[in-house]
Order: sequence, then structure tokens, then C-alpha cells
Amino acid sequence: MRNPFQRTLIGALFALGLQSLLPTVAQAASNEQFVPMATYRVGAYASSGIPWWAGEIDYFRYINEVEGGINGVKLVWQECETEWSVDRIVECYERYKGGLNGAPTAFFFTHSTPGSYALMEKGAADRIPLIDGAGGRTESTDGSVFPYAFPLLLNYYGQASVGINYIAQREGGFDKLKGKKIVTVYHDSAYGRETQAPMALLAQKYGFENIQIPVADPGNEQSAQWRQVRQIKPDWVFLRTWGVSTPVGIKTAARFGIAVDRIIGDVWAGSEADVIPAGTAAKGYQALAPFPGGAEFEIHKRLKQYILDTGKSDLKDPAYFGKVYYNVGLINAAIAVEALRTAQTKFGHRPLNGEEARWGFEHLNIDAARLKASGFEGLLPPLKLSCADHEGGGAARVQQWDGEKWQLVTGWLQADRDTLRPLIEAKSAAYAKEKGITPRDCAAEQ
Amino acid sequence: MNFFLETLIGGLLAGTMYSLVAIGFVLIYKASGVFNFAQGAMLLFSALTFVSLHEQGVPFALALLLTLLVMIIGALLIERLVLRPLVNRSQITLFMATLGLSFIIEGLAQGLMGAQVRALDLGIEDIPLFVGEVMISQFDLIAAAVAAVLVALLALLFNRTRIGIALRAVADDTRAALSIGINLNRIWQIVWAVAGMVGLVAGLLWGARQGVQFSLSLVVLKALPVLIIGGFTSIGGAIVGGLIVGAAENLAEAYIGPLIGGGITPWFAYFLALVFLYIRPAGLFGDRAIERV
Repeated sequence: MRNPFQRTLIGALFALGLQSLLPTVAQAASNEQFVPMATYRVGAYASSGIPWWAGEIDYFRYINEVEGGINGVKLVWQECETEWSVDRIVECYERYKGGLNGAPTAFFFTHSTPGSYALMEKGAADRIPLIDGAGGRTESTDGSVFPYAFPLLLNYYGQASVGINYIAQREGGFDKLKGKKIVTVYHDSAYGRETQAPMALLAQKYGFENIQIPVADPGNEQSAQWRQVRQIKPDWVFLRTWGVSTPVGIKTAARFGIAVDRIIGDVWAGSEADVIPAGTAAKGYQALAPFPGGAEFEIHKRLKQYILDTGKSDLKDPAYFGKVYYNVGLINAAIAVEALRTAQTKFGHRPLNGEEARWGFEHLNIDAARLKASGFEGLLPPLKLSCADHEGGGAARVQQWDGEKWQLVTGWLQADRDTLRPLIEAKSAAYAKEKGITPRDCAAEQ
Repeated sequence: MNFFLETLIGGLLAGTMYSLVAIGFVLIYKASGVFNFAQGAMLLFSALTFVSLHEQGVPFALALLLTLLVMIIGALLIERLVLRPLVNRSQITLFMATLGLSFIIEGLAQGLMGAQVRALDLGIEDIPLFVGEVMISQFDLIAAAVAAVLVALLALLFNRTRIGIALRAVADDTRAALSIGINLNRIWQIVWAVAGMVGLVAGLLWGARQGVQFSLSLVVLKALPVLIIGGFTSIGGAIVGGLIVGAAENLAEAYIGPLIGGGITPWFAYFLALVFLYIRPAGLFGDRAIERV
């Protein structure tokens, strides 16, 4: 039994404690926007993740410290380590969907196609937009069925289409594709199989022979696959691998005499981590680049001045500044910031919730002038989203590995979105039917 | 016919790469009855150490020697800190300890040497050789030769040295070995050090093929069916098991794969292992356990 003095003392301390907590929460709630980060800094994919998060964090720091936040709203973030494991990504989402210390969550970077699939229904139920640049579920491009999923920039169908467009460019026109043999060597997973339908459609349209050869995960022995490729004598190879299966694929292709400059990697087979282990075999290898590598863009000059040179960068090794995965993070962060800025024009200069951020993403319009002003000219194509179109750009550049670094060899190549759209709508309609979803009337919402 | 021959030879040669990994498991299993789950992590750690030293400008041979030294020190530490306190505990306890150890070694490797992917050039050109119409990988041929030398050296160690005889005594009957004065701790130190060296050789060859990165530790998944087929206690079995797995999965991918959608190499090896488990549970060369009931 405590005496009255003890009770008074405890009560006073408790009241003081509460008082010291309240302003922090209130302050955070009034002026901060929370960004949960499902990261993978350890494990099999850490080499991709570490520069990626550095790109995102460096850009957020730049916005906070140089621009004073998004119209005064500061960004705060919290990482949760997932090792690129779906269950941990879902756990991270659940932990932070409600925000942190009063700062609301406006969107969730899934940083993973399997993660996007797993969270698809949760995001819709919680009204939290799921952002997965150049990844995600392709049919979620159709925002009338998937209001809260954004496979931004270039969905998987678009990646197939840009690849074929580049081959046509190299061959001298689409009419030259007729009778050509195009082999897709793909990671045997949902990600790898995602381009089978568009490749079949494009083969039908242009008359090339579409051959699909799977590589099972992890793909560290591919002799059997590339022996088959050699037998086929392909004109082109579309390499849709991931992780270790990319350098092993490039090296094995070289061993089997497949010319490396006839191989085009997709977005996730086109980073430094994919080519450096392959050594000289990768020289001349090309890859699609909606996230081009390089540190010579205007935004890099600003980041170098204000973040890197002042010791505020998240990069432990500055050699990774401007590498492909650093730029992936940078571009993702920039798109999110622009979407929040767009949403603030409607809802005011304050932290936003998921529903408000969705409006921002659906009305995002990064035009040439905005690209120039934000320092992203050349690094990002113009991007305009809408209720019906959650992809936006649908373009990529092509980069080629010169043995030392990636060189951009084309401008922005546009996917054949008109051809692909019926395929996307058919799949989204099937999803809507399966889940009993009544599609939004996007025309009425414009 | 040429395609079949090429697939078969390519598969056999690829199989020796699996055998190299499997041998590390066999060594530790023979001496302690423990399935060392940390073998993959040791492989990653050794390759990362070598590449990190080499990147710092340490000459190839010196980097190799220093890495060997690191692996030996690592083996001594594992024996002292992990295994010795667990003497006389059940095999599953020791297995769980190696499971934990694998996470510690992987974390330590990435924490100390970074998570970025590194290229490893051993100076072996991966140029194909042609025997008639049949293409053979030069790299795989050299890997097979390395495996053969390694097996010969291990055979000498086991059969012609006092240490080897002590190792075999511990493997056959630990209590009897202890009763005649064999130092079990010393034996474990030696075995883990040798397994570390084997891990280094396997790590360098696999690292040269796929880059030195975290996924090197996953190469052990290829060794499991090899061990089931060859037997957990036979180095020769690891070689034969590797050849069988390599040839079978390559032939299956080429001839069965297209019929059922392809991408069958990983599970086909395990399917084969299950068949062997059914027919010959101890593997082709493994010791059959005979117990009085």
C-alpha cells in the first residue's frame, strides 16, 4: 500500500510523461507524412536492395532538407527487413498501414511482384495504394477494377512490347520480324511467366516464331536450357531472368556461342549486379531500362551537392551512386512525391491518407516541363496516370553494357499499348468476375 | 545422337560441381554424424573472403593462403564455441546448432564484406571445346579435374595418415575411439577445417561461374539429392551421386522438360533421390545401419 506522498509523486510523473508525449504525437500528426519501407538489406537479394533504398531515402532527405518537405509536409519513414519474403512484406504492411506516431500512411511500396499479388485485396480493403514500379500485377493497370494497385511506368506486358519494338528497330522494321525466331528464356515463376500472353499476341501480330524456355529457380545451372537455345538457332533472345539466373544465363549463352548483342534483358535483368559477375561474356549485352543507370542527370548533381557531399546519403559505398538500382529507388521516390504533391492541390498542404493519395496517383501528370524542373529529364519519361490507366508511361530506354558501365543506346521506346490493352482488360474483367467487383465508371470520374 | 551425347557429357561434368559441394557434407557427417547445414554458408564465407582480399590487391596465391587460414581459424572457433559445449547431445541438437551457425556465418559474411555481387575470375576461359560435333565446356572439364584431385588428396588423408585413421575410427565408433585415447575435439577441429577447405574450392568454382553473392549459399540445395543417392558417408558416393544427378537432370530437362512445360531440373533431382531412398535408403555407397533390437 503506497502512502499519499508516493501516490502523488507517481501521479505527477505519469502526468508529466503523458504531457511530454502529447506534443510529439500532435506535431507528427500535423506535419509529417509516413512512408513504410519493406526493405531487404540482407539475404539473397540484398545486393539489389541496398542501393535501391539508398536512392529512395536520399531523395526523401533531399525533399525534406532542400525543399522543406512537400509543401512543408516532411516525410518520415521506417524500414522493416523482409529479405524479399512475401509473409514479411505482408507483416510490414499490417504493422504500418495505420501510420506511425500519428503520421499517416498514404501508400505502400511493395518492392516485390509477389508482395503486390499478396496484398492486392488488403490494399483495396484498407484503401492504401500499392506502388510497384515496373512490376506488380499487369491487369491492375486497369484502375476501374484495381483502384488501389499501381504497376507504374512499364508493366510486364509493356516490357515484352518494348523488347519487340527494339528488335524491330534493329532489324529495320516490323515487317522484318516475320519468320524470325525469338526465344524467351524466363525465370519459371509468376514474374517470368507474366510475358507469355503478350509475346503470343505480338508473335501473332508480327509473324515471328515465339519460343519459351523456362529456367527453374535459382537458375545456377542452365546448360540444358542454352543447349536447346543453340539448337533452335534464334535470331534474338529475350532474357527474363532474375537474381543469379541472369549472370549464369549470360555466361552460359556465351559458352554455347549465342551472340551476346542478340540478347535483350528485361527490366529486372539489367543492373550492374546482373552483368559484373558474367565478366567479359556480358560485354555488348542489352537490357530494357525504364530506370536508366547513370549519375549525369540533373537530379544527381543536386543530390551530390546536398546529400552525398554533406555526408547525409544512405549509401555506404558512394561508387553505387547512379547505379541502376540506386536510380530505381530514386525514380520510385520521385513519382511518389509528385503524386502526393498532386493530391495536395485538392486536399490541402497536409499529410494525406490512402484514399487521398490514390486520387493523387490517378491525377499524376509529370510532363516535360515538370521533368526538367525536378531534374529528372532523361531519367524518367513523361508520365500521366488516370483512373483507367495505372501504368502511365509504358516506355523504356535500352542500355548496353560496355564492360565497365551501362550506356544508353536509345531514346524512350513506347510499348504498343493499344495492342496490349484488350488483353489487360480481358484479364481484369475475369478478376472482377471472380471477386464480384463492380468496375468503376472511369469516364464518369474524369 | 550428338545432342544426346553432348547433353549426357555436359550433365556429367556439371554433376562434378555438385559433388564438390557434397564432399564437404560427407566429411563432417562421417566424423560426427552431423548433417552440417552451415556448409553452404561456409562456402559463401570462403569465396567472399577470397574475393575481398583479392580486390584489396592481395595476390591470388596469397589471398588463397590467407582464406585457408581464415577457414581453419573459423573451424577452430566453431569447434570450441559451438560443438564442444554440445558433446554427447543428440544429433538433432547438433543439426540445429549448425542451422543457427549458418545464419550467423551468412550475416557475418555480409556484415563484414558487404552484400554486393562480385565477379571472380580464376583465369579459366569458359570457351567451348569441340570433340567432333559434341561441345564440351572447358570450365567444367577443369572443375572435374579439380574434383578428381581433391578426392585423391582426401583418399590419401583418410587412408595413409594417422589423422585419417583416427578420423575413420571416430566415424566407425566414437566411444571406442575415445576409449583408445583419440581426441574427439581435435578430430572435429581437423574435419571442420578440411570441410572449410573443400568449401573454399567449391566456392571459388561456383563463384567463378555465377559471381560471388549470397545465392552461393543456396548451392547446397543441389548437394542434398547427391548425398541421398551417393550416401552420406562416402566421398566416392558423393562423386557418383553428383554424376548421376548432373546427367539425369540435364537429360530430363532436354527430353522430358518440353513435354511437361520445362523448368524441371530442381525437382527432378529430388524425385530421383526419392526413388533411390525407396530402393536403397542408405544410398549407393552409404553405410547401412545395423542395430540390435
